[in-house]
Amino acid sequence: MKYKILLFFLLLFSFSSKASQIEVCKSCKISTIKEAISIAQKGDTIFIKKGLYKEQNIIIDKPLSLIGEEGAVIDGGEVGVILVFETGNFTISGLKIINVGISYTKDHAAIKVVKANNFVIENCVLENVFFGILIEKSKKGIIRNNKVSSDNKNEASSGNGIHIWNGNQMEIYKNELFGLRDGIYFEFVKNSKIYENISHDNIRYGLHFMFSNKNVYHHNEFRNNGAGVAVMFSKFIVMHHNKFRLNWGSASYGLLLKEIYDAEIYNNLFEENTIGINGEGSTRINYTNNTFSRNGWAVKITGACYKNIFKKNNFLHNSLDLSYNSKINDNLFENNYWSEYNGYDLDKDGIGDVPYRPVKLFSYVVNKTPEALVLLRSLFVDIINFSEKVSPVFTPDNLVDNKPLMKIIHD
Amino acid sequence: MLKILKYSFYDLMRSRWSYVYFIFYLLLGFVLLFLNNNVSKAVITLMNIIIVLTPLIGTIFGVMYYYNSKEFTELLLAQPIPRNKIFMGQYVGISLSLTLSLVLGLGIPFVLYGLFRSASIFDFSLLLVVGSFLNFIFVALSYNIALSTENKIKGFGYAILMWLLLAVVYDGVFLISLIFFNDYPLDKFSLIATMFNPIDLSRILILLKLDISALLGYTGAVFRKFFGTNFGMVFSMSVLVFWVIIPVFRMNRKLRKKDF
Amino acid sequence: MIEFKNLHKRFGKLTVLDGLDLEIKQGGIFAILGPNGSGKTTLIKCLLGMVIPNKGDIIYEGKSVLRKWEYRNNLNYLPQIANFPPNLSVIELIKMVKNLRPKTSNEKDLITLFGLEDFLNKKLGNLSGGTKQKVNLVLTFMFDSDLIILDEPTTGLDPISLIHLKELIQKEKSKGKTILITTHIMSFVDEVADEIVFLLDGKIYFKGTIEELKQKTDNNNLEHAIANLISKQYA
Repeated sequence: MKYKILLFFLLLFSFSSKASQIEVCKSCKISTIKEAISIAQKGDTIFIKKGLYKEQNIIIDKPLSLIGEEGAVIDGGEVGVILVFETGNFTISGLKIINVGISYTKDHAAIKVVKANNFVIENCVLENVFFGILIEKSKKGIIRNNKVSSDNKNEASSGNGIHIWNGNQMEIYKNELFGLRDGIYFEFVKNSKIYENISHDNIRYGLHFMFSNKNVYHHNEFRNNGAGVAVMFSKFIVMHHNKFRLNWGSASYGLLLKEIYDAEIYNNLFEENTIGINGEGSTRINYTNNTFSRNGWAVKITGACYKNIFKKNNFLHNSLDLSYNSKINDNLFENNYWSEYNGYDLDKDGIGDVPYRPVKLFSYVVNKTPEALVLLRSLFVDIINFSEKVSPVFTPDNLVDNKPLMKIIHD
Repeated sequence: MLKILKYSFYDLMRSRWSYVYFIFYLLLGFVLLFLNNNVSKAVITLMNIIIVLTPLIGTIFGVMYYYNSKEFTELLLAQPIPRNKIFMGQYVGISLSLTLSLVLGLGIPFVLYGLFRSASIFDFSLLLVVGSFLNFIFVALSYNIALSTENKIKGFGYAILMWLLLAVVYDGVFLISLIFFNDYPLDKFSLIATMFNPIDLSRILILLKLDISALLGYTGAVFRKFFGTNFGMVFSMSVLVFWVIIPVFRMNRKLRKKDF
Repeated sequence: MIEFKNLHKRFGKLTVLDGLDLEIKQGGIFAILGPNGSGKTTLIKCLLGMVIPNKGDIIYEGKSVLRKWEYRNNLNYLPQIANFPPNLSVIELIKMVKNLRPKTSNEKDLITLFGLEDFLNKKLGNLSGGTKQKVNLVLTFMFDSDLIILDEPTTGLDPISLIHLKELIQKEKSKGKTILITTHIMSFVDEVADEIVFLLDGKIYFKGTIEELKQKTDNNNLEHAIANLISKQYA
């Protein structure tokens, strides 16, 4: 009896409430998404059942929830944009959206969001996209658990996975992005968080910031991209607990810093990148507790970097720990662990008694003559490195870690 | 030839020097591993040692064995055996015993340390393969020198000089010419120059494993093809084989006209 | 049995053999003599294939020996300085040489003859010069070959061993073998040699029996006869 009453109230509630659910399927009364949207009321849920929907340019102009059943696929047929949200307060979940058209003039996307507040994009699989999720002038969006991919081969004909232009308070987490131009791209985005994403095998960057201040990204993994993360013309970025791995190639970096100020970089892992961190015009940056393991260059300073502080980082078996292209040094290296350090610690305080010089003459030579790289680790190179160590001529003589650690730092 | 090989090998395996060499590598392996506590670092240090020391020891052993066993060789020459077989037997015997000292000397500590559970096993095996190649190459080169030089002291001198040239001087000249001709495209030149020195070649082979991330930092297309694909590995290995074949071939040619 | 035809050998500018012709018949003991640097050792080494002549040919048992090696199975050679691999034992060395020559050998008698039983398991590097020479002799005489070449066989031998050596040589001779000896000990030559081949300036200066030599130089003492031979040349 009790159950029947409950059921009755439930039914009553669902009919009487403003929000109703509209089902879409091939054999249903409503068989296209566009049709469902046109009849839907503000706040309705459109439930898209299993099946292939060949639609594009679907414009959503009222707050709705688009929920896909497993196996629901929207195929844009490589024509143009697929879903366009011109409203806030929406949710899209569980859909697979494929085949976005490529254009050299328009930014076609699988999901495009314009001027929206409070939205959620989750559990979607976007394949063969040009742009994946493209967001303009929006606030308070959550993008989570999506998988965005393409199989692009060159930069010109590919777009970004999650592209935000002009955003605020966005949260992007647990997404996987691959085969795109940039995995995640931020331009004029602030106060946003990016975490626990995996961005790999992208042509350009795993994550890219332009003119975006006060953002945090952490616990992400960037692997095998043209370059892991590029942070350009941005201030107050916090980067921690990320993994930058296997970014190989010329002009390939784990992390590229260009014209950035006041950043915190801590507890990251840079492993087997051609260049771990490439700094160019970066000022007031604290590098703490990072591990640089088996990179070609752990850190490469290519110009005008001031007041950077490297403390308590591990430099492990990099081909070259540090490369500097000038004789002037305004950065501080202290209390780092250098696997190549051969000094001793007589007073047993855990700090080497002899300073360590992370810049070798050979790295200076390679800067001038890149082909000299084939002589890496040759006996002759060891000899000239040694003589430079004894009396620095070509490398900044104040570039010294005066308190190198004797033991590796474990977090 | 196998008989000569057997006896030369036998003789060398009992010589004090083989043990010194073996124990040296054994200690080196243990010290590196148990002081560093890190296989990767040990492999890198080991590489520096292998590409410098293995050629030196191969050279010295080769020359020393040749001159010290000169009379015995003459005894063998009077036996019904073709002379190239005598020398090939000795050559392979020395190279093999040196290689055995190297492989066992380094292998034992690494295996005890738990190499098979480490990711460095491939790097380490490559190191041993390269070390073995260097043994075969430098024993052959030193035999060539010894065969062409009657005087023992001179022979030693030339052999050490050859080592010094290939291990240090060559790279110095190489680096200076790279810096000097900085304005020209040098990637082909630098790769070719590497091929002409077995020590550099071995170094490159190991770099391909240990420092590939750095090597890929250079933009040249030739470099990219060489280092970015398996081509570099296969090519370097085959050139290394040539570095064994050519001195051995010359040794046999020299032998045909040599008076004892 | 052995025939050297127009043999030339130069080491750099130095001419050692200068169109040498020599024929040695089967059987008998031949002493090859000559002043230092006259080409004795070179001649022997040419025959052994260790030195390659610039010109000419060497025939052994009807076949040219140049660039061949199989013929060496039918000759035994005692090198001048016995220096063996120091880390092998005596018995290992003997086994090794046996192993290299597929031929029956009678090393046991020789080992007893020279009293080497106690040394069999010693390393060659630890033996004295005289003992090494005994080992050397064992290695040379243990095979049954038609030709035996001895280069300074008396070096370092004690008197008893020397007697044994002489006996050995005579025994081999009695089997009809050909024995070539180079030495500077004239009394030894006087005692054992049947014929003398005297080399000078890369050519055969004299070949004949000791008696013939003594007659020719009008001298009863071999040593003086030889000295006479040399001084005549330079006179």
